[in-house]
Amino acid sequence: MARAYDFPDMHGHFGTYGGVFVAETLITALEELRTQYEHYRSDANFQAEYAYELKTYVGRPSPIYHAKKWSAYLGGAQILLKREDLNHTGAHKINNTIGQALLAKSMGKPRIIAETGAGQHGVASATVAARYGMECVVYMGSEDMKRQATNVYRMKLLGATVVPVDSGSRTLKDALNEAMRDWVTNVENTFYIIGTVAGPHPYPMMVRDFQTIIGREAKLQMQEEYGRQPDTLIACMGGGSNAIGLFYPYLDDKNVSMIGVEAAGLGIETGKHAATLLTGKPGVLHGNRTYLIQDEDGQIIETHSISAGLDYPGVGPEHAWLKDTNRAQYVGITDNEALAAFHMVCRYEGIIPALESSHALAYAAKLAPTLDKDKLLLVNLSGRGDKDIDTVAQATGITF
Amino acid sequence: MSRIAVTFDTLRQNNRKALIPFITAGDPEPAMTVLLMHELVNAGADIIELGVPFSDPMADGPTIQSSYERALKYHVSLKDVLEMVAEFRRTNTVTPVVLMGYANPVEAMGYQKFVIKAKECGVDGVLTVDCPPEECEEWIENLKQEKIDTIFLISPTTPQIRIQQMAKRVQGFVYYVALKGVTGAAHIDLSEVANKLAGLRSYISIPIGVGFGIHDGATARAVAEFADAVVVGSRIIAEIEKSAEEEVLVNVYRLVKSLRSAIDKVGIKHRIARIKR
Repeated sequence: MARAYDFPDMHGHFGTYGGVFVAETLITALEELRTQYEHYRSDANFQAEYAYELKTYVGRPSPIYHAKKWSAYLGGAQILLKREDLNHTGAHKINNTIGQALLAKSMGKPRIIAETGAGQHGVASATVAARYGMECVVYMGSEDMKRQATNVYRMKLLGATVVPVDSGSRTLKDALNEAMRDWVTNVENTFYIIGTVAGPHPYPMMVRDFQTIIGREAKLQMQEEYGRQPDTLIACMGGGSNAIGLFYPYLDDKNVSMIGVEAAGLGIETGKHAATLLTGKPGVLHGNRTYLIQDEDGQIIETHSISAGLDYPGVGPEHAWLKDTNRAQYVGITDNEALAAFHMVCRYEGIIPALESSHALAYAAKLAPTLDKDKLLLVNLSGRGDKDIDTVAQATGITF
Repeated sequence: MSRIAVTFDTLRQNNRKALIPFITAGDPEPAMTVLLMHELVNAGADIIELGVPFSDPMADGPTIQSSYERALKYHVSLKDVLEMVAEFRRTNTVTPVVLMGYANPVEAMGYQKFVIKAKECGVDGVLTVDCPPEECEEWIENLKQEKIDTIFLISPTTPQIRIQQMAKRVQGFVYYVALKGVTGAAHIDLSEVANKLAGLRSYISIPIGVGFGIHDGATARAVAEFADAVVVGSRIIAEIEKSAEEEVLVNVYRLVKSLRSAIDKVGIKHRIARIKR
């Protein structure tokens, strides 16, 4: 059956969002990527290799886990967790980096570059570069390098070169700028692995496609194990790749609601947050038109979140479209609410969640008690929180 | 005819090549910009490229990015930049001004409002680095109606088929990016650029400027041998950056003057050759 939802169009537009807003030097590279991806997208061998890697190297499928104790404590709807934290490298990011690295290999590009915020995408990129024997350069804001020192070391162990970015706010957006510059300069031998559903077409579509393994698995698992689909999907939102990965296969299922959880930082009213869809307005950045956190002159504003992976002033263009068309709802969770959820899930379920994912968990904790016990909330537990324990300790006033 | 077309016509009649310096509006501080623009003209600039500061200039190297950061400390907005052009126009009605920048400040102002304001303030051309023609057809049309040229970049990676398509839309002049990479990058391969330009000329009839990587009189002169215009950006910004406040104008004047005389040697050489014949 043909899907009712059919975006992006051939030019990469999700309604008025998306597109290809890049300097001329990159146009040809993107066109090449688009054609090659279109080819491999429907190539049985490529898809079989991708599936094989996900199974044997990543450890998929990731289970759906019923957080019974926590659900009982909250006293409402049942919370189910899609365990992306159990993937190799500890987050959903590798679903995408494997796909793009296989594509790079097929296209004959020996060098991969990536940008990273929390370091998860950087680690996932360094991992696949080691796996396939490619050179890997990761750009990371120097501020983020401080916040995520262990991930920096991880990338180095895996053989990647980590380049600190000292421009702008020294975070994810600046790392993205720097990676784009590298790509412009080395476009012939280099494949740029973008970590989220942002950037110029075909990236938002391609990253989405690779991440939909999350939602496709969930649909089968829900049917098998619960005999029905969840009432609501909940996922955290930086660029929005784990969210779209879960949401996309459900877009035509009108009975399933979906909620993207943005980082409200110290509180929306303080201005120190990264809640792009809640507070931003449409503009052009990093190759696509989407909602952006910007001032009235169109300058991008520095964002804040306790979670480096959500600390980004833009959002995937498909989410902008899903917001405008009301197919998905977007809400905010503060640093403190995320931390509270982090601790609860540690104590009630024996799972240390990533601070990114803790935003989704925190919203589930708010929503669950308002619903009947037979309702099912499927939360994407997009990553594990080992990388965050220093941040959490610091926020709790603990020194080792 | 647009101011840009008139400028290139006059230059051609006089057997000269255009010198197009780039400065960032608001760098080193907003009060200097109009003074600098006049100084550029005094030193021999034919067209001025005025950078609109943006927080995330992906296609620029560190030199131009830091000039944007200096300007943004003063919150220089697109509206401020347009007002600077209007002020420049009070005493200079002949030198074309091309705004160069990124799409988002224009998005924030609104495309329609920008076209009206740009016309009012005397802007002659617009180069939006991250907005290829496919994404802004309607805007190009609106600008065209107000006789503002949309300047497009062509890069070493632009394939022939795309050049042919772009040839139908280009106005004012075409800006050929001499190297793969960001502004201010190392060295350009002159013979490669010369070959590329020769190829471009079979499709593009309007003047072709060359920029990115032109860092001294010698490169400027070499480029002027085959290009209609030479664009110099990062080198001038670097001069501004290293000059003490009271020396910015005189140092930039000296630099641009030296680029001017280097470029003019090309025209003079050709004229002598013709007389000898």
